[in-house]
Amino acid sequence: MLHARKTEGEAVVATVELRFSALPEHVRTARLVAAAVARRAGVDEAVLDEVRLAVGEACTRAVGLHRANNADLPVCVFLIEGEKKFSIEVGEEAPSAPETAEDRAKVPSARADEEAMGHPGSAESGGAEDEGEMGLAVISGLVDDVEVIGGPGGGIIRMSWPANPAVELP
Amino acid sequence: MDLSLSTRTVGDRTVVEVGGEIDVYTAPKLREQLVELVNDGSYHLVVDMEGVDFLDSTGLGVLVGGLKRVRAHEGSLRLVCNQERILKIFRITGLTKVFPIHTSVDEAVAATD
Repeated sequence: MLHARKTEGEAVVATVELRFSALPEHVRTARLVAAAVARRAGVDEAVLDEVRLAVGEACTRAVGLHRANNADLPVCVFLIEGEKKFSIEVGEEAPSAPETAEDRAKVPSARADEEAMGHPGSAESGGAEDEGEMGLAVISGLVDDVEVIGGPGGGIIRMSWPANPAVELP
Repeated sequence: MDLSLSTRTVGDRTVVEVGGEIDVYTAPKLREQLVELVNDGSYHLVVDMEGVDFLDSTGLGVLVGGLKRVRAHEGSLRLVCNQERILKIFRITGLTKVFPIHTSVDEAVAATD
């Protein structure tokens, strides 16, 4: 799918835009598509594992937030080929809403383990969001150029990597 | 690729051989396996990750959960991994200090604290 959209007043063409229902089984699809587009965009082969992991983490976080907030909206991933960089934006269109224990149980996380271990105190805070924090920690450790825009319950994770697209012959 | 799991006993250790991808979709299967082993009295686990193609923070969470469970029974959870791309995830999250990571199943099975 080709889409044109604007970011901060500047016209940006998303090379590929992916929208999927906020279900864990679709995160793998997002990883595969992102890696394929990144490879085509000229991202170094050695970095593709990082791209795959980072986009997976961002999508996992988005799925968790959408489900925790009962947001019946798709997770959006924009894969953008720039001149010398390849960018990925993962949008979390989840409105802020009170989270329930039942919601937390829907998304597997380290938090779920803690609850199973009988630490009721830790169940007081947000599960999906804590899981998202772990994902963010991984993204921050992996990606040099990363930006998280927006507040709790919604926002965009923007990541980019250097790319050297091959010259296309006529 | 889906997740594959198999277990075998070596002495007093239970080796869990994991293959495929551990992510938000498949991690619950690994969690169930670890919970089941601990519930059945296997408190010294070796998780062989040589066949793992992908691991994310959800998978790390499950492994940490497994470690907490075995430690509650004074047990151990050791990992076997030589793949740089997987080891990197343990490094950037600081979990190399939490898990003993071995280069072979034999080494992990023979290890004592």
